[in-house]
Order: sequence, then C-alpha cells, then structure tokens
Amino acid sequence: MALDEYRPQEGDEAYEGPREFRQVGTRPDRPDGFDKVTGRARFGADMYAPGMLHAAILRSPHAHARIVRLDTSKAEALEGVKAVVTRADFSKNVIFAPGTVGEFWNILENIMAGEKALYDGHAVAAVAATTPLIARDALKLIEVEYEILPHVTDVDEAMKPGAPVIREGAADRSVPEGMHPNVVRYHESGHGDVEAGFAEADLVIEDHFTTEATHQGYIEPHACLGTLGADGKGELWCCTQGHWYVQKVCAALLDLETANLRVTASEIGGGFGGKTTVFIEPVALALSRKAGRPVKLVMSRAEVFRATGPTASASMDIRIGMKKDGTITAAQGTFRLQGGAFPGAPMEFTAMCAFACYDLRHVRQVGYDVMTNRPKQAAYRAPGSPMAAFAVESVIDELCNRLGLDPIEVRLKNAAREGTKASYGPTYPRIGLVETLEAARAHPHYAAPLKPGQGRGISCGFWFNYGGETSVSLALSEDGSAQVMVGTPDIGGSRASMALMAAEVLGIPYENIRVTVADTGSLGYNEISHGSRVTYASGLATIKAARDAVRKLRQRAADKWGIDVEAVDWVDGCAVPSGPNAGDFDPLPLAEITKTMGATGGPISGHFEATPEGAGVSFATHIVDAEVDRETGKTRVVRYTVVQDAGKAIHPTYVEGQFQGGAAQGIGWALNEEYIYGEDGRLQNPGFLDYRIPVASDLPMIDTVIVEVPNPGHPFGVRGVGETSICPPLAAIANAVSNAAGVRLRDLPMRPSRILDELEKQRDDA
Amino acid sequence: MDYHKPSTFEEAVAIAAGAAGTTRFLAGGTDILVQMRSGIATPEVLIDIKGIAGTRDIVREDDGGWCIGVAVTGAELTEHAEIGHDWPGVIEAVGLIGSTQVQGRATPVGNLCNASPAADSVPALVAAGAEVTVQGPEGTRRVPVEDIPTGPGRTSLKKGEVVTALRLPPRGRGGGDAYQRFIPRTEMDIAVIGCGVSLRVSGLVITEARMALGAVAPTVEPVRGAADALVGTRLEKSALDALADLAQAACNPIDDKRGTVKFRTHLAGVYARRVARIAYERARAAQ
Amino acid sequence: MTKIHVTARINGDEVEFLCDPRETMLDVLRDRLGLIGAKEGCGTGDCGACSITLDGRLVCSCLMLGVEAEGREIGTVEGIAEGENLHPLQRKFIEHAALQCGFCTPGILVAAKNLLERNPDPSEEEVRYWLAGNLCRCTGYDKIIRAVLDAAAEMREAS
Repeated sequence: MALDEYRPQEGDEAYEGPREFRQVGTRPDRPDGFDKVTGRARFGADMYAPGMLHAAILRSPHAHARIVRLDTSKAEALEGVKAVVTRADFSKNVIFAPGTVGEFWNILENIMAGEKALYDGHAVAAVAATTPLIARDALKLIEVEYEILPHVTDVDEAMKPGAPVIREGAADRSVPEGMHPNVVRYHESGHGDVEAGFAEADLVIEDHFTTEATHQGYIEPHACLGTLGADGKGELWCCTQGHWYVQKVCAALLDLETANLRVTASEIGGGFGGKTTVFIEPVALALSRKAGRPVKLVMSRAEVFRATGPTASASMDIRIGMKKDGTITAAQGTFRLQGGAFPGAPMEFTAMCAFACYDLRHVRQVGYDVMTNRPKQAAYRAPGSPMAAFAVESVIDELCNRLGLDPIEVRLKNAAREGTKASYGPTYPRIGLVETLEAARAHPHYAAPLKPGQGRGISCGFWFNYGGETSVSLALSEDGSAQVMVGTPDIGGSRASMALMAAEVLGIPYENIRVTVADTGSLGYNEISHGSRVTYASGLATIKAARDAVRKLRQRAADKWGIDVEAVDWVDGCAVPSGPNAGDFDPLPLAEITKTMGATGGPISGHFEATPEGAGVSFATHIVDAEVDRETGKTRVVRYTVVQDAGKAIHPTYVEGQFQGGAAQGIGWALNEEYIYGEDGRLQNPGFLDYRIPVASDLPMIDTVIVEVPNPGHPFGVRGVGETSICPPLAAIANAVSNAAGVRLRDLPMRPSRILDELEKQRDDA
Repeated sequence: MDYHKPSTFEEAVAIAAGAAGTTRFLAGGTDILVQMRSGIATPEVLIDIKGIAGTRDIVREDDGGWCIGVAVTGAELTEHAEIGHDWPGVIEAVGLIGSTQVQGRATPVGNLCNASPAADSVPALVAAGAEVTVQGPEGTRRVPVEDIPTGPGRTSLKKGEVVTALRLPPRGRGGGDAYQRFIPRTEMDIAVIGCGVSLRVSGLVITEARMALGAVAPTVEPVRGAADALVGTRLEKSALDALADLAQAACNPIDDKRGTVKFRTHLAGVYARRVARIAYERARAAQ
Repeated sequence: MTKIHVTARINGDEVEFLCDPRETMLDVLRDRLGLIGAKEGCGTGDCGACSITLDGRLVCSCLMLGVEAEGREIGTVEGIAEGENLHPLQRKFIEHAALQCGFCTPGILVAAKNLLERNPDPSEEEVRYWLAGNLCRCTGYDKIIRAVLDAAAEMREAS
C-alpha cells in the first residue's frame, strides 16, 4: 500500500511519521509564474475602476506638533477636487485604551492625526480629485497651523525624566511605578537564579548594544482602490498580508458592518510584516463615501518610509557567564524598544527570543515598550528577534574568543533540545537547532581557508512561528481538477506549496490544481499571512480540506460498490476496495467519481476551519565570511551560508528563497540600513537612495542547507521558514567583522565610519 | 508647466530669456524629474534641448581635444571607442553616475549644472581641465567647469544662458587620469567623497598634476598645491603623504546623513593616495 | 491645463496619447495606455521597477516625461514574450524561482534582456553590476543571477 494512503486522522494535527512523498518535496513551476513574468499580474496599484478618483495625503512636516487650525476650504474649491477628509470623517466610536488594548484607536490615530501630529509624516488630511496631479496640487492649498512641541526620537532619551511626553495615559498596568509615561508596557520572564549562575562562571561579559530602526523595504508601495456607498456597502482592493484584518479594521474605523465590506487582496509586492496592518485603506474608503466614486490611493516611496511601520529600534544590555569548558552558567538581558508614537514595540518577543537557543538553568529577561515621535512600528520578519540575536550572539562570540573556544562547539554544548525548558517558559518538543549546528560544522564553508583581511562569523537564530485562524475550501470539478481557495495572500510562492500538498493528498497531478487567494466574501475568516504561518497553517488546512474531499470521494465509491466506506482506501488518486473487499472492484480514479458526481449526491468539496496551534519553532545557524577595508571601514560580505530547519520542505526552491531573502535583509540591517533622524526630528532618508538596501552587486551567492527535523504539530512535519532566516545575520556579520578586524561593533548598522572609529580606538589602545 | 522643444540654441536662449518663472533645461532629466516627483521643484518652463542638432555628438576636434554634446548620455560616453582611451578617469567618473538605467539618460553636463557638491563627473572634469561653452542673450563664452557651480544647487549661469557643449583638452603624451569615490554600497549611492587626479609624466617624473575633490566642500574645486606637491616627484611616499595632507586640508565638508566631517576628511586622504597611484600608472603607460 | 499630443511606438505598435507635460512616461504607460507591467517602486530612479527601453536603451520610465516619447521606440515587459512563447529569460525566471513577490520582476526582465542583447555571455559580476539599479527585497538576488546566467547560456546554444 502506498504511503499516501488515507488514514483517518480527523481533527488531529500530529506529525504522521516519515513517508515517501510523490509531490511534496519536488520543485514544479509556480502556478502564478506566467502572469508574473509577463506583466499581467495585478498588484495593489494595478486596478482601475470606471469613474475612479485619485487621492493624496497631506502629512505633517513636524515631529511633534499641536494642530491649532486646519482649513481645507481652498483645496475643496479647486477644480477637479471631489472630496477632502480629516479625522472628523472617521468613527467616533473607536475608543482610546492604554497599551495595545486600544489597537483600533491606535490605528485610527496613526492613519489620520487627531489633536496632535506625532511624527514627521503623520497624516493630517486627504484629498480625492480627478487626476493625481490635481490631488497633489490640492494638498498645497490645505492650510495647517501647527504649534510645534518638543520631540524625542531616541529610545533611551525617551525614558529619561523630562523627556517630552508623547501621550499621557498610554501605559498599561504592567509598567512599574515611577517610570516615564513614555514607557507603556513592561515584560519580565525567565527562570532560576541568575546571580547564583554568574557566580559559577569563569568569565562574565556584560555589554550594551543598540540597533537602529529598519524598514521592511518591500518594493511595492501601499496601494488600494476603494468604493464605499452611502448605503454602507463597500468593495476594497488592496495589497495586504491579511485582507480579513483590513476588513475588520476598516469596518471599525468607518462604522460599517464587517460583512458589508468585501476586501480582495491584490498580488502583493512584498510585505515582510509591513503589510500586516492598515495605513491608507480607511482613508480611500472615507473619501469614496464622501465623493460617491471609487478612489485609488497609492503611497509614494517617501510616504512609505515616513509613515508606514519600520521595525523598532533597540537599546539592550546583555550579561552572560561561561565556564572555561564553554558551559553557559547564566544569562540576563534588558531590552528597551521604541515603536514610534504608539504602544506595540515587540519587546516581549525580543526578550523571549533572546536566549531561546540555549539550555539555561538561570536566565532572566526584561523588556520595555517605549513611545517616541516616530512612525508606528509594524512587524518586520521575526519581529523583535533579530536585535536580540545580535546582542546575545555577539556576547557569546566574545566569550568564545576570550576563552579560546570554537563557536560552533560552544553552541552545541549549550544548545536547546527536545525536553529543554525554554528561556521563555515552555518545554521544547522535537526541535532542530543541534541538527543545524552539526550541518554547519560539516559544511565545507566552515573549514574553508580565509584570505588576509577576512574573518568568519557564526550565529544562531530563533523564531516561534505561528498557526492562527485558518479556513480553506477545495472544490472538485467534473473533469477531476481541483480548485483550492485559501485566505492567505501569496507573498512568495505559497500557491505552489498549497497545490503540492493538495496534489499529494488527492493523488492528482500538481498541474490539475488551481489555488486562488479568495476574497473576504468567498471564504471563512483567515488570519494575516504572518508568523511564517502560511505553509504551516494554510498548508495544514489544505491537507485537511483535501482529506475531507477524499472522504466524500470514498463514500461515493463505497455507495457505487455497495460496501462500507471504511472498506475503501484512497491510493494514488483512486478509490480502492480494502480489507475483506480487497480486489473485488477495479480502482476508481478521482475523475471517474467526479464525472458523475452530479447524479451520485451532488458536488464534492472539502473544507477545513480551525486554529492550529502546533506551529513548530524554528532554528537556524548562519556562517558568513566578511572582509574589512581597514582604510575606509567598509565591509564586504564574501561568502554566506544559511543552515535552517524547515521541518519538511514542501517546495525546496521556495524554502531556499526564504533563507536567501532573510539573509540578504539581515545583511542590509547589519551594514547599511537605518532610519536617520535630524535634530528637527524629521526623517532624513525617506528613499531608496539613502535608505540603503542591498543591491545585486553587494552580495555573493547565498548558499543554503535545508535541515528537516519534522514539526510534531503538522501532518507532514512542516515548520514555517519565512522569518528565522533574518535572525542570525546581524550577529554573524558582527562576529565576522570582529574576527576580520579585531574590533567589536555593538551598534547597528556597522556603517564604515563606525568601524573606522573602532579601528582608531584599537590603534590608540595599542 | 510649459514644455518647449527648440531646434536651435538661439531659440532655446530666446525662450529662456523671455520666460517668466522658474526655468529649467531638460537633457537626461534624471535630476529634475526627481525634484518634480519629490515636490522639491516644478519648473514653470521646461526647455528640452535634445532636439537641437549636434547635442548628441561626440567629436574629436582638430587640436586632439573632444567636444561632447550636452545631450550625450553616460552610456554613450562609456561605450565610445576612443574617448575613454584619452580620458579614462573622466569616463569612469561619468560611468559611476547612477544605475545602468540612469546611465541611459544622464548627461555629464546635467551632472555639472545640477551643481551637487557630490557629482561624480565633476572632480574628474576639473582635474582634466575641462571647459564648457555657454550661450546666452549676450553671446557665447567658454568657462572652466569649476566656475559653473557656485554652491549646492546653484550655478553661475545667468538668466537665458545655456551650456551648449563640454570640451576636454587634448590629452597628449604621458597623460593619465583617474577617479574614484567612496560609497557605502557597491552601487547606487551618492559619493561620500570623490577624487579626480590628472597627471602628466616624462619618464618616471611627474610634470603636470591636477586634483579635485567632490563632496568635501560646497563646490568641487581644484586642490591648490597639488602640482607643487607632485611635479618633479616620482610619486614617492613623501609625495603621496604631501598630497594626502593637501587633500585633507582642502576639506570643508559638513556632517550629514552620508558622512561626518571627520570621516570625509579621513577619506579624502585615503582616496588622494589611491587615485594618484592609478593616474600615475596610466600616465606612465601612455608615453 | 494644456495637454500635448504624442505619437510613439510601443512594443512595435504605434500609439497616440495626450498628456500633461508633468506626467512621466511611467504615468502614461500605466494610467493612459493600460500597460501596467512597469511598476512604480520609488518614482525617483532608485529601484528600477519601472525599467523600459527607449530606442533600445535601458531607462527608468519614472525619469522620463511622457512628452519625450514623441517619435521614439519603447519596449516594456509586455513586449518580451513572442505571442504565447515566453522569452528564455521568462522561462528561466519561473524555473529558478527567481521571483518571490514578482513586483520587481518586470523591470528586472527588461533590464536583463537589454544586457543579453549587448553581452550574450556576461560574467556573474557583470550581471550583478548591470542589475544594481533593480532592487529586489525578496530573493537576495541569488536565484535572479542564476536565472539570467542560465538563460544567457541557453540563448548562446540556440544561436
């Protein structure tokens, strides 16, 4: 009997053990490839509607200012202008609450300023006009009188007594007494007695690290096309990682019934977490409601940088103790993150991820969520984790150097394994950190000779991964082909992995499956494409939906043969009699069953709705070689290898793509990317010219090793792969720079002038 | 915005001289379109000079120098068979302006007239002793390139005046030039500092020398004293040290998002040495 | 506002349009001519997503005015495939998974095709520098570079 044989597992998310897959693990062409190489694929800004207006948003040039007067009358009077909206045009029923409890209020306040502009780029008003040029001209006619207030953009400054208060009453109850009102949330976790642990150490290193805010840097600016009638019914087309979430937020901010707003997700030109929230969609809908016409709203690149969420910046203190044999005796970290003028910086993730790679008896972590006059942070690929890995893995590297220990051996010695009590609480089921370290140690890269001026760095990284609410429907056609409706936008080839999993279960060719990202009116609720959850959760739901259809197919065969459904197996796309009936009837292929399905009981579909909770955590180990020009301080990455646990790679090519993409983003974060604020609190580099993401000539080929340690919480063993890959690069490169030039960079980015300053100190010390 | 596409420079000058409001000439457009998109400046009058005969030509003149049309793009110059043989430093500087796409449009004259202190082609052109011809309501004049920019975004061109051609002098025997810049990435950045050097040698001995630095002062200027430091030397360590000191002394930069005063000044010394060595090797090979 | 009449040839077809002199070629392609393959990633020539060819020369359509198209020959991603046959670059991009989100892909294909027309046998370094003006945030460029080199090899064999 084939290994893809049907075994009843209803409701069970458990790993089903090793098997020989027929489709999963192969590398077919992605189903949407043709559209995307011919220019046919429609992204956020690629939709047009009859009678459509074009919108533009006026933004504050000040970091912190009271809006004393806002007069839109001249703009409204301009020929071609059809509507102007301000905060007054949004819901009055969205209520302020401290911390992240009042998230809808926070989103509303972020997408359209209330009494104060809270950061450079904060939206103040919006215009819809017959052409984009008229809309932009109209913005110049809006009169705003600002009372400029003191501002703060640095996380440590914002915590000091006397720092300008962004918003009174924003702190939730977690914050200890006596903190500055800008500290809005507090976290602590860990176990053991760290002081006792440090006392056991032969060497304790304590150090301070900072990382600057970086932007997700998706190449597609936010864009949408909205229609909203006075009857409260609307249609919205937008580029988003989660259209059900957009639906929910827009409905709340505009006082609509959720179901009356149908949201369709366009193709999405990159997200990396930055398109998990809402910036412009309610504005387009508000303008449409006022003008009575469809409104298209497309952000400029400068708006994307100034007003959409970068990641948080961080200020961190790390203390780690180690014995001479490499055993870590205790670890402690304090993590201060600013996430802009709103609560929500992912400091608890930073704290929880910081020491998650290691089996520690004594560990303690503390986090602070701090508000500043910057744009509201948004998720960015493993939010909070890369900065923690930068700080912690740098200290571990320094300990290894000073104690003369091999960095991989030390990590192996302390690595978390199955049964380890994680630094953030739970006990790990089967995990793959050790396997990634062993694969890294065995990789030719680790033993390759280095040239003069080069250094090698190692780092590990961790991310939780996530499941979340998921619905999938699968419908069979008469000819035996299948449509799969998923609710998670395809950010990087997920249609291909869904089709592979459906094909595996149904036993039909991959090419006979069409995967559609359904709109909110066509499928049950789906959480956002985030938390590396798509291949895990939508994949699990696809497998279950396909099995639901297979159950119905088996029933039709059983009915035809007059035997019990339990005596029908599903093998290689055919119903096959089994048990006492084995061999009694010829196998009945899927297409034979669907050909007559109308007459044998009606259409055959499969469905699955659930909130799977078995997303397996994921670990990675990266190896990087870097070369430092000691005269200019410039770092070049000359070789890079990513080793990561994928659980089970459904489409290995796209798994490699996630590994490579995360590494490249991490290289950018490590070396050149940063939000630069002037003394005036204005963002100095709102464009790709000076926000320097890696270009093709900056990078080497990025080698990949896919480790497969099955996730106990997925039938095929899948773990999310999208996020973990950005966690190790920051420290791996810092460690490589340290080994190349003998200087330890504690602040990101490691821009050339910083490396040069460290080299100067090194010379002075010598 | 009014768009004009004259067919002669006389016509262009007449339009510009008579224009009310901000007037810009359009060649490659890679700066002005960015300014328009960013809302920094939208001219009221835009005069596209690409329809004027000769503006796309690269011509070797009777004296061996070169006349480069104002609409000649970076890509056309870097692909030209001979000019890069004479002036490799100028051509490598022009070739560093922007991406492949920008090279397809951007012109060195536009790079000059945009008057950015960090313009890549300008230090190389200054070191080469290049000139431009300028036509205006009051006639035509020849101007050394270093006299065109007067500050960031400002030029010495008067109302109605337009640059009509860029001229490189005859290279002659034993000449070599070079340009390098420092950027944080490998491509796509604005120079943190740029350095152009042009030398002439006789045997191993330097007989002429010019150097100019970009992004270290409000305008690109020849580094005074470069000739004194180098002429008569064989680019020994002492000569390089003197040149690096001069380069650093010539720096009057600002702290900004692309680099600090300290960093830029340091790099000026590093690049003076690096670029002078390349120019010297080229000059020696050109005898 | 006075619009200007422009006649140009796009992907071999003659087209006429009226445009405001402030409109870029990218605005014209997308909003007036329905050619949405070229994308606006930055509008300032820094990302290459709007790459087109102008008389065979690779340019950013966001750095060109619509009025400048008068009498010129323009190529966009929509003109790369011949009928139903994909160009080798397009096939290799799919085969190598050289795209994740696909937003930068049209610009990169236009740029890569222009490279291979000039240099049928580029080195990895030449491809990387030629494409330095085409930002991709998803892939880390690895698979893009491999796809271009593989397409070049196939095209050399075929010719």
